[in-house]
Amino acid sequence: MRLPGARIVLECLKREGVDIVFGLPGGAVLPIYDALYDFEGLRHVLVRQEAAAGHAAEGYARATGKVGVCLVTSGPACTNLVTALQDAMMDSIPIVAFTGQVPTHLIGNDAFQEADNVGITRSATKHNFLVKDGKDLGPIIREAFHIAQTGRPGPVHVDLPKDILVKEAELIWPDKVTMRSYNPNYEGHVGQIRRAARSMVRARKPVLYVGGGVISANAHEELRALAELTDIPVTTTLMGLGAFPSEHPLSIEMLGMHGTYYANMAVHHSDVLIAVGARFDDRVTGKVDAFAPHAEIIHIDIDPSSISKNIKVDVPIVGDCRRVLRALVEAVREEMKTAGDGRESRRPWHTQIAEWRKAQPLRYEWSDDVIKPQYVIQEISNATRGEAMIVTGVGQHQMWAAQYYKFKYPRAWFTSGGLGTMGYGLPTAMGVQAAHPDKQVINIDGDGSFQMNSQELATCFAEHLPVKTVIINNSGHGMVRQWQRIIYKERYCAIDLPQIPDWVKLAEAYGCVGLRVSKPSEVVPAIEKMLSTPAPVILDVIVDKDECVFPMVPAGGANTDMILAPPTREVRDRAAKSQTGF
Amino acid sequence: MNGSEPGRHTISVLVENKFGVLSRVAGLFSARGYNIESLSVGETLDPTVSRMTLVVTGDEFVIEQVMKQLHKLIDVIKVNDLTDESHVERELMLIRVNAEPQHREEILRTADIFRAKVVDVTQVSFVLEATGDEGKLEALIELLRPMGIQELVRTGKVAISRGPKTRPRKAEPAKRPRVSDDPRVVGFAD
Repeated sequence: MRLPGARIVLECLKREGVDIVFGLPGGAVLPIYDALYDFEGLRHVLVRQEAAAGHAAEGYARATGKVGVCLVTSGPACTNLVTALQDAMMDSIPIVAFTGQVPTHLIGNDAFQEADNVGITRSATKHNFLVKDGKDLGPIIREAFHIAQTGRPGPVHVDLPKDILVKEAELIWPDKVTMRSYNPNYEGHVGQIRRAARSMVRARKPVLYVGGGVISANAHEELRALAELTDIPVTTTLMGLGAFPSEHPLSIEMLGMHGTYYANMAVHHSDVLIAVGARFDDRVTGKVDAFAPHAEIIHIDIDPSSISKNIKVDVPIVGDCRRVLRALVEAVREEMKTAGDGRESRRPWHTQIAEWRKAQPLRYEWSDDVIKPQYVIQEISNATRGEAMIVTGVGQHQMWAAQYYKFKYPRAWFTSGGLGTMGYGLPTAMGVQAAHPDKQVINIDGDGSFQMNSQELATCFAEHLPVKTVIINNSGHGMVRQWQRIIYKERYCAIDLPQIPDWVKLAEAYGCVGLRVSKPSEVVPAIEKMLSTPAPVILDVIVDKDECVFPMVPAGGANTDMILAPPTREVRDRAAKSQTGF
Repeated sequence: MNGSEPGRHTISVLVENKFGVLSRVAGLFSARGYNIESLSVGETLDPTVSRMTLVVTGDEFVIEQVMKQLHKLIDVIKVNDLTDESHVERELMLIRVNAEPQHREEILRTADIFRAKVVDVTQVSFVLEATGDEGKLEALIELLRPMGIQELVRTGKVAISRGPKTRPRKAEPAKRPRVSDDPRVVGFAD
C-alpha cells in the first residue's frame, strides 16, 4: 500500500495501539497534522510547550504501562523536548517521541528551525532514529516501540524529515521485530536464583529493597507473595512507592536521603539485602562504603549494567523482575522444605525494627497558627483513602508527599526520580488524567516547581483534563533553602519567591478554579471542595516556610548519619563536613 | 568501588554498520568519563556489520562497566575483551623522517630490520610504513627519533583472536576450496 509518509506514521501509531498523542505542531511536522485532520481513532492533546508533551507522554506511560507518544516539530521544539527525554531515560519510562526535521536535502545547511536532533538526543534516549527513506518508516516505528517497551524501558526518538512525510512510499509493517543486536534477557539464572533463595531463607536480618523496576515489570503481586512468604520487611525507593502497600505490616517505607529512620537503620544493619528493580542510586546509598556494610547483596535487575555499578553485588540476577520473583518464590518454597521457614530466627529482627520505628517515627511539630506542609499531605491521603493518582514536582513537597501519602497501589505515583525535573508535575498529571479520565489526579507541587510549567493550565482547561493541583506554597525554593540552612550556614541566596503570581487569579485567568488557605482549620474543607470540583483546580496552601524535610542524610554522608530534627550547631558543622561537593 | 590496578584492555566490538554508530560509541565514552586510547573501525566480511577495536584503560570494575555499557547500545551486536585470550594485535604507522645524506643508509637499514617499507622519498625525507604491535612500533620510533621525525600517523590497534573460534555467524554458502583451507599448506597466513 503506497501512502504519503505522514499517513504512514499515523497508520503505524494506530497499529501500535496508540490512542493519544501529546503534541504541538510546527513547520516540519505540518504534513502529519494535515493527515491528522481527518484521521480516525487518534486523540491529539495540544500542549503549550514541548517539554510538556514529553512529560505528559511519560505520565500516560506510567499510568497505563503502555508506550506514551509525543509529537513536536524540528529545532527549538526538539531542544525543548530534551529535558523530558532525559527524564524518561533516568526513570526508565517507555515513550516514543517524534520530531520534525528539515527536508533531507537541507539537513546540515543550518536551515530554518534546524538542529542536529538525533545528535542532541543521542545521550538522552535509549535509542534514536533519523528516517532517511519513506519505506523505512514502518520498520523504524515498529523497532522504536519495541525498543521503548522491552528490556529496561526508556525513551526512543524518531526524527522525521519533512520531505519523507510528504512523499509517497510503501507502508511496510513487519509482523515481528527481530534484531540481532538487541535481545534482552528475561529469565533469571536458575543457579543464582537458588543461591538467592538459600540466603534469604537463612538470613537473620534481611531487607527487601524495591525500586521502580517492580512497577514497570508489573511484579507487585509477586513481590508481595515473596515478602509474605519469607516475612522479610520491605523498603521502597522513591520510584518504587506503590510497589508495596505503605500500610502493610512488613512495610518500612522509603529509604535513602529522606527515607525513614527505620528503613535506613534496617538496611544498614541487614545481613542480606535483596534489591529488586532498583539501581543503588546515590540518593539511596549515601556514602557507598558505609551502605549496608554487613550485607550479602542480591540484585535482581533487567539491566546488566546496573549490577555492580555502584555497589559490589554478591548474587547478580539479570532478568525481568516479575519472572525472577516468581521463580524465586518457588525456589524459596523448595528451600524451606529442608531449611524451615526461618521465621523464628528473624523474630528479634522484627522486634528491633519495631523499636526503631517507635523511637523515630516520621513526625513534625503541630501548629494551630500556621499550616504544616506534612499535614496537608496527610489530609490529602485521608480524603482520597490513598487511592488517588499522585503526581509531584521536585523539591520539599515531593519528599513530604513520598513520606506522608499512604500508597496502596502501583502506577498511582508519578514523580521525577532520577533527573529531579522541576515543573514535572502539571504536564505529567495531564498525561495521567488523559489516560484515566475517571480517576482523581492530584498534582502536589511547590510554588517554585509549579512555575516552571504553569502555562499548561491552559491545556488542562482546553482539553478537559480536570487535574487538581495543590501548591505547597512556602514562597521560595524550599529544598535549596533547607540545604543553605543546614549545610551552608544560613547564607540564604537566590531562594525567595515573593507571593507572585497570585495563584488564585492565575487559575481564574486560565479558566480554572482557584482556592487559597492559610490556616490549619481550613485545610480539610478546601481539599474536599477541590476534590468535588469537576474542573481543573489550584489549591494554594500557604505553609510554614521554615519547615524542613526530615530525616535528611547530607549528600555524601552515611545513611546512619541522618539528621532527624532542626539541627543544632554541632549537627550543622558535621553536615557541612560530610558534604562532598554534590 | 576499589578494583584492581588499572590495566590496558583491547576490546573488540561488532556493530551494525549504520550511520551514527561511531558517535554512539564515542559519546558513551565521553559521557561516562572512560578513557579511550585508540579506536579503529572497519567493515567486516558482512557489509552490514562493522568491527571496532578499542583500547581502554581501567581497573576491572571500569572495564566491566565499559563492556556492559557498550553492550547496552542498541546497535552493538557483540562485545569481546581480547586482553586475556590469545589474540594478535597490529597497528599501522606512517612516519616521515628527516633523511640527510649521512643518515639515509641507517634509516633504510633500520626500516629493513623492522620490515618497514619506504613509501615516499625526497631529497631530504623518507616516509616509512610499518606495521606491528605496539612494542615494535615504539621501538622503531625510538630508533628514528635521533634523525628527526617530522610527522607520524597511527591507525590505532586492530586485533583478532587466535584459533578457529570466531566464525561468521551466518553459514556461508559453499565456495571453491581456497589455498588456505588446504591442510597441507602450512603458515599461509602472514
